Amino acid sequence: MLWYTGKRILQMIPVFFGATFLIYFMVFSLPGDPIAALFGDRPPAPSVIAQIRAEYNLDKPFIVQYFLYIAGLFQGDLGTTYSGRPVADVMASAFPVTARLALLALVFEAFAGILVGLIAGLRKGKWFDTSALVVSLLLISVPTFVIGFVAQYVFGIQLGWFRPTVSGDAPWSELVLPALVLASVSFAYIVRLTRASVADNLNADFVRTATAKGLSRRRVVTVHVLRNSLVPVVTYLGVDLGSLMVGAIVTEGIFNINGVGGTVYRAITLGEGPTVVSFIAVMVIIFVVANLLVDLLYAALDPRIRYAK
Amino acid sequence: MKRSRVGLSAVALLSVGALALTGCSSSGGSTEKSSGADTDAIITTNGSEPQMSLLPANTTETGGGKIMTSIFAGLVSYDAEGAIENEVAESIESDDATNWTVTLKDGWKFTNDEEVTSESFVDAWNYAVLYDNAQGGSYFFDNIVGFSDLQNSKDDPSGAVDEEGNPIQVGDPLAEEMSGLKVVDDKTFTVELSVPEADWPLRLGYTAFMPLPSAAFEDMEAFGENPIGNGPYMLDGEGAWVHEEKINLVTNPDYEGVRKPVNGGLEIIFYATQDAAYADVLAGNLDVLDAIPDSAFETYESDFGDRAVNQAAAIFQGFNMPYYLEHWSGEEGKLRRAAISMAINREEITDVIFQGTRTPATDFTSPVIDGWTDDLEGAEVLEYNPDEAKKLWAEADAIAPYGDTVFDIAYNSDGGHQGWVDAVTNSIANTLGITAQGKPYPTFAAAIDDRDNDKLTGGTRAGWQADYPSLYNFLAPLYVTGAGSNYEDYSSEEFEALLEEGASASNVEDATAKYQEAQEVLLKDLPAIPLWYSNVTGVSADTVDNVVFGWDSVPLYHEITKG
Repeated sequence: MLWYTGKRILQMIPVFFGATFLIYFMVFSLPGDPIAALFGDRPPAPSVIAQIRAEYNLDKPFIVQYFLYIAGLFQGDLGTTYSGRPVADVMASAFPVTARLALLALVFEAFAGILVGLIAGLRKGKWFDTSALVVSLLLISVPTFVIGFVAQYVFGIQLGWFRPTVSGDAPWSELVLPALVLASVSFAYIVRLTRASVADNLNADFVRTATAKGLSRRRVVTVHVLRNSLVPVVTYLGVDLGSLMVGAIVTEGIFNINGVGGTVYRAITLGEGPTVVSFIAVMVIIFVVANLLVDLLYAALDPRIRYAK
Repeated sequence: MKRSRVGLSAVALLSVGALALTGCSSSGGSTEKSSGADTDAIITTNGSEPQMSLLPANTTETGGGKIMTSIFAGLVSYDAEGAIENEVAESIESDDATNWTVTLKDGWKFTNDEEVTSESFVDAWNYAVLYDNAQGGSYFFDNIVGFSDLQNSKDDPSGAVDEEGNPIQVGDPLAEEMSGLKVVDDKTFTVELSVPEADWPLRLGYTAFMPLPSAAFEDMEAFGENPIGNGPYMLDGEGAWVHEEKINLVTNPDYEGVRKPVNGGLEIIFYATQDAAYADVLAGNLDVLDAIPDSAFETYESDFGDRAVNQAAAIFQGFNMPYYLEHWSGEEGKLRRAAISMAINREEITDVIFQGTRTPATDFTSPVIDGWTDDLEGAEVLEYNPDEAKKLWAEADAIAPYGDTVFDIAYNSDGGHQGWVDAVTNSIANTLGITAQGKPYPTFAAAIDDRDNDKLTGGTRAGWQADYPSLYNFLAPLYVTGAGSNYEDYSSEEFEALLEEGASASNVEDATAKYQEAQEVLLKDLPAIPLWYSNVTGVSADTVDNVVFGWDSVPLYHEITKG
């Protein structure tokens, strides 16, 4: 197991370099001179623009720029934004907020999704199951920004239960509404995944055996049905943590959360290579780690996977 | 050129979804209104993260601009109508519009107790121009004698040349100080301009002209993070600027200028989108919002009643037709430009697309600027006239047939322009029976790149927000040969002669008359097709009173009362 984990961590190195190189290349290939665009319709003197371009190494060939970026990285310097702020500072303020938002969303969708999916699966064809299917279909088909705006308007402005936007410190209580919105689509998928899986497993041989052994219904459902049904759900949750961090862009915009999504979007439109690459590199690492955790969880959930190793 | 682009793009991204907001009702803050205003109350208002550190000459966009004008006081400041009032200046005088003498009032101090002297201005201006310092607003000083010596570097003393035979430049500027700026004594300095400019003092309320304390020059980077000013407000201690989030300003107790605040300070909250800010005013979490998201154009006036503002602003919008394109120069081009202009139904588009938050253009400036008029000779070219448009287009076709050539208007799709570009091209296509369409560029950088390199295939979106309230500011930077923002290479001797006459006129009336004549030349040549003036739209919650918007679309914060 240790060897397996170590190997997986070593694999992150080429993934990291490959991803940063590709992303840096893509940002570099964006059309237009980001410095000229920074000043809008009225550009300063060419000598001033040249001076700023030199400051950010934009006057050098792509490969040199990338190398300088990586070299800086190893000295703990992630570069600076065009406003002169260290990218490390921007990260330190953006990532914790998005991480909390994504975590909250993940907890919501995991608990509520599995619970609703389990009940629906156990009562297949009954009214609870039918309504769960209708609601989840609705959540999947309505775009997140519509759900976001409606939630903001109804619960934030009309009913006044929540602040319509999140204030600077982003306390947990204010993150609840955006997290629910962010979780809505994945919640719907998890309900459907769990339901299908549970319904399947209910008819499986091992469940029949367990029931025949005289185990209580509670024990059959929690240990045998649910545990076996969670493998696809956990896979989905692992992948979803990554997409939650990225997908937060719309939700963060609506609720004015100063997080990763908005920062990356802004950095891309400004053509700020180091910011985009540093942020995405961290996201890649989160993604890889999340998937590693999922693989380790498999082993815990399904002994067959453990022993096959 | 002040502008706010990032906000707009996010709005465009979300505006479709914002339809959900229509039909919302008014629900202001819950704070009860009492008669006496609280002079300690903090006003909350919207803003956006400054693009650069807070240095006067490096702040050229709206987000940083409204902070700078709050924490600094220059020689003059602008009132609501855009007229100048002396702040630090005792007088700004000249006999020939070229040699100016500035005298300062006594008693002005920076918030670190340093006195505001002639050096505070002269050193700051030289710093702004020196190209090593890479200040985005350096071009504001380009009419001061010696400007180019600080912007251009020296030729290599060894006489080396590059592959194309141009002298290789070495990293030192020709001079460190503008020869046209001279300190006479602590309270007096003189400025020599390279060409006469009668309304030069009108510029001086712009952020680029603010003074700097000597402490700034010790560590400009640190200063930009925690600027020390002499304005009505000051930063609320170290770390008052919480990046991407907000900046806290409190009143400067030593300020005795013409903008003495009647409130305790400002909390400027940075919003990623205007929709989020609008939701906050509706819920009573925000006092003043100086922009309305597109999604609320239809409802904001019913939501806020007389707390809604929709008034003309110093923003001109149109599109340019480059002269280097086939069919668009000479007599043929002239006919086509006029035909295109008359094929656009500006009234209908401003009503339908912008819900009346734009005003159809009648000239090349803005109604809030002194000297604006709607009866320039030749202004009928800006009226919708399909018959005349068809006739002119046919005349142009007689010179050289346009054939199947597609007419397009380039725009950056990250700026929320698609709606009106589609409407304008539709109007043109329907009237003239040609194929007309929008040509989106993914980003502003990409669009400006093609403009810079003369690679456009048709028209291109163009907009201008005045930096200071003067007709001249709408004309010279855009249409003079070789001017910084004359991307489409317009050149007219007649226009430039009139502009120069206006600039050197001895009084404002004469100057205005010349600027208007110069615009009549533009109406014939149409280097830009004027479309409309943007309005400033805004709302305030019932927690505050006296919300008045200035000529530059920014509320006069110091006049707002709360409680």
